[in-house]
Amino acid sequence: MLALNIDIVVLFLMALSALWTVMTRSLLRSAIGLALTSAMLTILMFRLHAPLAAVFELSVCSGLISVVFIATISLTQPMSQEKVLQHMKDRLERFWYLPILLILTGIVLSFLNLKFNLILPAPEIEKDPRIVLWNQRPLDLLGQIIMLLTGAFGIVILFREAKKK
Amino acid sequence: MLSLLILIPLAFLLLMNFLTLKGRRMAFAVVMALSFFQIYAVFCPTIMANRPLHGLASVFDFTLAVDGLSRIMLLCIAIVIFIALLVAAPFVKEEDKRFYFAGLMILELMGLNGVVMVRDIFSMYVFWEVAAAASFILIALQKKRDPLEGAFKYLIFSSVATVFVLSAIAIILLISGDTSFAAIREALRVSPHSFLITLAVGIFLAGLFMKAGVMPFHGYLPDAYASAPAPVSILLAGVVTKTLGVYTAMRIVIDLFGFSASLQSILLCIGLISAIFGALAAMGQKDLKRLLAYSSISQVGYIFLGFGCGTPLGIAAAIFHIFNHTVFKSLLFVNAAAVEDRTGSLDMSRMSGLASRMPVTGTTSVLASLSASGVPPLAGFWSKLFIVLALWQCGHYGVAATAVMASLLTLAYMLLFQRSVFFGTLEKGLEGVVEAGFGLTLPAIILAVLIVGIGLFFPYIVHTVIFPVVSY
Repeated sequence: MLALNIDIVVLFLMALSALWTVMTRSLLRSAIGLALTSAMLTILMFRLHAPLAAVFELSVCSGLISVVFIATISLTQPMSQEKVLQHMKDRLERFWYLPILLILTGIVLSFLNLKFNLILPAPEIEKDPRIVLWNQRPLDLLGQIIMLLTGAFGIVILFREAKKK
Repeated sequence: MLSLLILIPLAFLLLMNFLTLKGRRMAFAVVMALSFFQIYAVFCPTIMANRPLHGLASVFDFTLAVDGLSRIMLLCIAIVIFIALLVAAPFVKEEDKRFYFAGLMILELMGLNGVVMVRDIFSMYVFWEVAAAASFILIALQKKRDPLEGAFKYLIFSSVATVFVLSAIAIILLISGDTSFAAIREALRVSPHSFLITLAVGIFLAGLFMKAGVMPFHGYLPDAYASAPAPVSILLAGVVTKTLGVYTAMRIVIDLFGFSASLQSILLCIGLISAIFGALAAMGQKDLKRLLAYSSISQVGYIFLGFGCGTPLGIAAAIFHIFNHTVFKSLLFVNAAAVEDRTGSLDMSRMSGLASRMPVTGTTSVLASLSASGVPPLAGFWSKLFIVLALWQCGHYGVAATAVMASLLTLAYMLLFQRSVFFGTLEKGLEGVVEAGFGLTLPAIILAVLIVGIGLFFPYIVHTVIFPVVSY
């Protein structure tokens, strides 16, 4: 019961930080909100016996991506105070319904009492990540290498000219 | 051996980066050689047989498979990449940009080949993303306002489609406990009508419809096609949306979900809306590439109409129309590139009578337009006829009649396009226009020969290539 309560609290905090990410007025705060959301997701994954996925989530999504976002934002020019206020007003006008929608969805789902006949995968803790990556899913690994190369080409093409200018 | 279709391009991509500046000039030739190798591989039984590798080579023995549908897609991919590279010469002039363009084409080739050959739903998603990311960078290649806007829209729609598909994959994993096609098929056979499966099918198809750019999921497509550089438009219209959207939808329906009455109704409904409204929207366009983009939406609608029948004839017709559409739409985009290259504009209201100055472009565009409109004996006529026959055979008489009407609408906007651009008296200021260079006329001639050849040798092609595809 206590474990379930902890999961619900973490889930609630995750939803809250996700809302803050979308609704906050500053890009920097959005990036921090995203890192927080990721951190909460990491805790959930760990509690759901998926430590490998949790480590990836923490290192890549919460760590690396947040660092890249914050580094990029630090290169931009900050907005004037009036613009910040206007931006905040726009955000609230645009996304005011999101918290209400979230609460309503939560209420509806809790009343529906959905039960599915699911085949839950074996806990990751029993799997050796080396075997999973190299023996069971080598094609995905190859795909990810190609994806990284695509990203590298994209960065070279999009940033090299910017430097020239 | 099928791994070669991914590993050889990857090896060349890595080697190309070690070349000197002089060697890098050969990048286009390398990619053309790769597309020729792929065409050879499609017809080579040894490579297509996919025998298991032994010894050290077994490290590269991935779980890949091909059937008739995959082979047709591999052929389309190779042809379009070859044509796009031929066309690219006048549009990508800077030395370093040409090198990176060639690199991105190899990445696109690997992504699309992966999507076509994998038999695991998550691996399919990984290669899907490779192709989508490469397409996004290719659209933004020129870094001007319009291409960047088109690329941004493509990115946003693509991300939403990704969320849908990934959510569906997660649900399927929870149902089947695995992501391989065989395991999913087995799990769906045990409980075919659960709420979760219906949900997974629904959101998976919504994501794929976005990728295919069918109505009402088409918001990004006209901007992406119109703003991208000419060779990228050929690539997008020719194979990217067909592989990522249409092929994937066909693959998961045929191999995993199977046809049900409700699924067929959805496919027919989406197909009909796209075929009619795509054609109507095309009629109102002044920009040549936007007209062709809406025309693509309409033709993809036709493909879904054939596929939605769920019968062997309907599926064969849809696959045949995918190939024909790849050929005639690539040709029309090549023609648009030639017109843009010579007049500096794609605004149809500011040009006329160009056929007298650009006879090769004018003639080939007439052939492509007639094939798209389903005029006999060109290739497009046969696939459209098969689609209408398949609809009639299934008892969808109203849909069949509407499909014929959509074809008349296609003929109408294609004739309007021909009259505006190529016929009539020559527009003032265009007197100095001459025929496009070899790089733009050669691909046009190759594609026009394919259109006429497939049309004339239709009985042979349909019995040796198309019908065997659905004999599973």
